Amino acid sequence: MLKNVGLEHFLIVSAILFSLGIYAVVTRKNAIMVLMGIELILNSANINFIAFSKYSTAELSGHLAAIFVIILAAAEAAIAIAIVLNIYKNFLTVNIDEIDNLKR
Amino acid sequence: MSQDTLVFLSIIALLLPFLGFVLLIFFGRKRLPRQGDLIETGLVLGSLAISFVVFFNKILHFPEPIEWKFEWVNFGFVQNWGEMKITLGILIDNLSATMLVVVGVISSLVHIFSIGYMKDDVRYSRYFAYLGFFTFSMLGIVLTNNFFTMYVFWELVGVSSYLLIGHWYEKKSASDAAKKAFIVNRVGDFGFFVGIMIIWASLKTFNFAEVFAGIEQGKLSGGLLTAAGILVFCGAIGKSAQFPLHVWLPDAMEGPTPVSALIHAATMVAAGVYLTARTYAMMSADALTFIAYIGAITAFISATIAITQTDIKRVLAYSTISQLGYMTMSLGSGAYVAGFFHLVTHAAFKAGLFLGSGSVIHAMHHALHKVHDHHTDPQDIRNMGGLRKKMPITYYTFLIYTLAISGIPLTSGFLSKDSILAGAFAFGKLSGHVLIPLIGFFVAGLTAFYMFRLLILTFHGEPKRKDIFEHIHESPKVMTVPLVILAVLSLWFVFGPNPFDASLTWVEKYIHKPKSVVPHAQQFEFNLPKVDEGVSITEYEHALHEAHIPAMLLSLGMAGLGILFAFLTYQWGKISAEKVAGALKPLYTFLKNKWYFDELYQNTFVLATLGISKFARWFDLKIIDGIVDGSAYLTKLWSFSVGKFDWNIIDGLVNLLAYITGFFGYVTRLLQNGKVQTYIVYVVFAVIILFYIFIG
Repeated sequence: MLKNVGLEHFLIVSAILFSLGIYAVVTRKNAIMVLMGIELILNSANINFIAFSKYSTAELSGHLAAIFVIILAAAEAAIAIAIVLNIYKNFLTVNIDEIDNLKR
Repeated sequence: MSQDTLVFLSIIALLLPFLGFVLLIFFGRKRLPRQGDLIETGLVLGSLAISFVVFFNKILHFPEPIEWKFEWVNFGFVQNWGEMKITLGILIDNLSATMLVVVGVISSLVHIFSIGYMKDDVRYSRYFAYLGFFTFSMLGIVLTNNFFTMYVFWELVGVSSYLLIGHWYEKKSASDAAKKAFIVNRVGDFGFFVGIMIIWASLKTFNFAEVFAGIEQGKLSGGLLTAAGILVFCGAIGKSAQFPLHVWLPDAMEGPTPVSALIHAATMVAAGVYLTARTYAMMSADALTFIAYIGAITAFISATIAITQTDIKRVLAYSTISQLGYMTMSLGSGAYVAGFFHLVTHAAFKAGLFLGSGSVIHAMHHALHKVHDHHTDPQDIRNMGGLRKKMPITYYTFLIYTLAISGIPLTSGFLSKDSILAGAFAFGKLSGHVLIPLIGFFVAGLTAFYMFRLLILTFHGEPKRKDIFEHIHESPKVMTVPLVILAVLSLWFVFGPNPFDASLTWVEKYIHKPKSVVPHAQQFEFNLPKVDEGVSITEYEHALHEAHIPAMLLSLGMAGLGILFAFLTYQWGKISAEKVAGALKPLYTFLKNKWYFDELYQNTFVLATLGISKFARWFDLKIIDGIVDGSAYLTKLWSFSVGKFDWNIIDGLVNLLAYITGFFGYVTRLLQNGKVQTYIVYVVFAVIILFYIFIG
């Protein structure tokens, strides 16, 4: 039968999300896809915060942190898009495999 | 005039000619007036004047020998030897004082003569310089008191002889003759050197007086003493052209005639006789016998050759060898004073003979030049004849010399030769070696014969070549005056009042036979003194006295026979020389070819030496050079292989290292692919690991 949902379930979900986010960042060729992965990572971190905040008594700092993270994620997404646009302007592609000027 | 002054003066006399040599050699050719001939002659005349002073003072005021010694080098105490030192110095006794004058007189006269004879010569000043050098060296031999400097000056006169014989070195025959003279002398000098070494090793000194004293004390005796005596005499064999080393003297006639007069007649060749006289005291009976035989054989061989020769200088050269043989024979047979006396008289008349022949050759040369004849030999007596009409002074002086050498009374030569023959007679009678006097008398006859043959063919009769004869004239005074002086010196009154009695001469009075220091067992019985009525006299001296008259008569007889035959054959034509030569063809050919000595030596010693040097050259070229080249080749091979090793292996290792490093670098570089996503993976892994380390 289904157990009671406890803290660990939230943490496991967020861990899975985190890994999926890492996977997206590391594997995707399209820069926008990489950004989506980053969002996933951030959201998984958020889930962690909320979970901890929910399951600890009379502590709402987690909620605050989650709100901060959402705001920062939005801001950072805006900046990232701007950077990707500039990259496109420079390299005429958003395939990050082709942007390897740091190679030897 | 003290003893020290005399020593000092003799040193000056020694050095003046050397000064002349130095001046002329460096400055003669261009800077001195007349190329320095008068300066050099003046210096030698000065030396002669001083020699006269020394001579008269010594003879009249100092009966004992004067010696001056100084220590030259001291090696200190040497193991197994003692104190090793060499003292040198000067010895003036009557013997050396007389020689000083002889050398000085002959040298001065030759210098004066040369001014005329060598006029317009291509190396005029060098000639006079070498004459001075020779005079210096010869005086050195005369004055020295020890074997060491004697050997030094001995070699120096050899060098002078070489330089002067080879004066006209453009002629191969002249330069060959110079080499021959020096090398043959060297053979004798080698024996001399070994003899000196025996003396040095046994007696530890070179000084004559000390050597004699040492022998008297018995430090050197027996066979070794005889050997030392004979070996020292070997030097005389070489220098005085005795058999078997006589072969250089005839060839030495290639040098200018005044040189022949000075060196090869009067002085240098006399040095050997002088040495024998100096070392007489140390000669044992065996050594003396050896010396006497060598002298006699030499006299005989050369006299037989002289009767066949046609070159005027060759005849005189063989005559010189013969007379030197007489002197040697005389010393060997114990007639010490006679031998030395002959040295002095021979110096005068032989120098005169050579200078006279020089006068003749000079005249012949001029005459041939006038008729533009450059092929006829001016020295061949077959081209001469009748010269006495055109060259009276030369003729009459030559006549006097010829009379002297033949031993005719009223000449100096008669007195000295007579004494020699008396000594040979006595020796032969007492020792049983009768061959010595036999040869002596026979050669006296031969001497008279060939000398008068020379005189007659050159000066008497009709001229053989009228075209040359036309242009013959007497030589200038600078050449005839020395001839006259020497002719006067060849007469009896220079030496003693009685033309028939040698015992009244100053030579007999002042020159004494040295007392032998050889142990009595090694001396002739007849040389040992016996007291007879209070006067100590040896049996030999007694026999000598008795032999005087018979020897004189016999020698006059032989000389007379010789002169008679010479006139019969050459003047009056009663005997035909050609017929005699034809009848005795093998003997004549043998004599004409000088007993084939040169051919013998050429085919034995010379070829052997050349053979050895050819072998040495082959060895050096093929084997020594082969080894050197071989080692060079091996080195090249080695360096080649080392190079290959270095190139391939060492460098290969280094390259390998570099390759590995490069490989690692390549591999590592792959990490940096410029892809940000790869870097994020690294970060994630690193976080997990760190997480595990610090928290898990």
